[in-house]
Amino acid sequence: MNNPPDIAQDPAEHEEYAHGVQQHVSRYLMVGGLLLFFTLLTVALSYVDFGGFFSWLFHIHISQEGSRKLNIAVAIAVAAFKASLVALIFMHLAAEKRLIYRVLIFTGLFVLVLFWLTYLAWYDPITR
Amino acid sequence: MEIPYTISTRPDTGLWNAKIGIWLFLASEVMLFGGLFSAYVFLRLDAQPGEWPHGLLNVPIGTFNTAILIVSSVTVVLAWAALKMRRYNAYWWYMLATILCGIIFLFVKLYLEWPPKFSHYGVFIKPEAREKYEPYLGNHRREEKGLEPRIEITGHLENHEALTDSNIKEYEIALDPVNADPDNPSHDRPHFIPLPATEKVAKIDKQDVERIDSFGPWHSAYFASYFTITGLHGAHVLAGVLVFLYMWLPVSKKVYQRNPEHLANRVEVSGLFWHFVDLIWIFVFPLFYLL
Repeated sequence: MNNPPDIAQDPAEHEEYAHGVQQHVSRYLMVGGLLLFFTLLTVALSYVDFGGFFSWLFHIHISQEGSRKLNIAVAIAVAAFKASLVALIFMHLAAEKRLIYRVLIFTGLFVLVLFWLTYLAWYDPITR
Repeated sequence: MEIPYTISTRPDTGLWNAKIGIWLFLASEVMLFGGLFSAYVFLRLDAQPGEWPHGLLNVPIGTFNTAILIVSSVTVVLAWAALKMRRYNAYWWYMLATILCGIIFLFVKLYLEWPPKFSHYGVFIKPEAREKYEPYLGNHRREEKGLEPRIEITGHLENHEALTDSNIKEYEIALDPVNADPDNPSHDRPHFIPLPATEKVAKIDKQDVERIDSFGPWHSAYFASYFTITGLHGAHVLAGVLVFLYMWLPVSKKVYQRNPEHLANRVEVSGLFWHFVDLIWIFVFPLFYLL
């Protein structure tokens, strides 16, 4: 029998433990609120003409194409920030065992290779 | 026989087994979605000017669904915390909220978002005939401003029989605002709230048409990747709802009564899956709806 029936048989000990989890709860609510806020922010930012704004600010010319690329970069940055909030807080990656980090490091490497293959296929030096 | 290490941790890994299991599974899921996302990047980079449509999806609906998934991620983590604090009633309500959020997400996707796409049409004009349809395409002004050309006229197909009857020589399209008033600068960027098709009907000679397609996966690389990725994501949402339903039903109360930590761990791993599905959507939403 390797499974204990419960982690806290002693009521006092359980009270302390429950208090610890209760503190997490407010953090989860805060992160949820942040995620909703950043969702609205990313929608709003997608309608901002960054090209026009930076052209005006720095007196340089930014094409429509360049402006769209700026919008894409901003949206991806916001999405990456939201995703890391989900991963770190909701998925408890901020404090996890080493083995899981090892698994994820390899996952990250494989994803990079995957996108690199796509890049190779797109940037084909023979046919282009 | 009891399954080992469902609650206590294995000495060599420092983890209970299901936790490693779900993370290995999620690693494989990252590769599955990663393949599709890299296909999206490839298709988008390779699209010719005008071939990658913008502003065809309903942004408020997409925003609503994003919010629904975020709320469900919060409720599932609260359900887990409630179990950790041994409050089964609170757990039950949080789990119910999560399941309802998942169902609302699927309902919005399958009843509000997808079906109208199949009755909305895009008529791709042959390059040599585009000058003839300048009043609907507005490409002179777009070229001047350095914008991508428009290559299709979209709207509601008025004469469906034209699709099959070769005696009918023209398609009649009730135009979307973008084609009804193509030189209006407000159409240069997608609208937040999509405007309905106008009363203005355009007659398009079949000889000038490269192809006509509804907004299904066959319409373009954009819609093909949209339906593939949101479809696979929707299947994941459905799977999550089914798992949560099992955790919520009275069957799972027995697990709780036998050992509350066991149910808490089950909710934690299924929650990890659910957060992952939320995380995928966080990328899907801007890539398809906003950019």
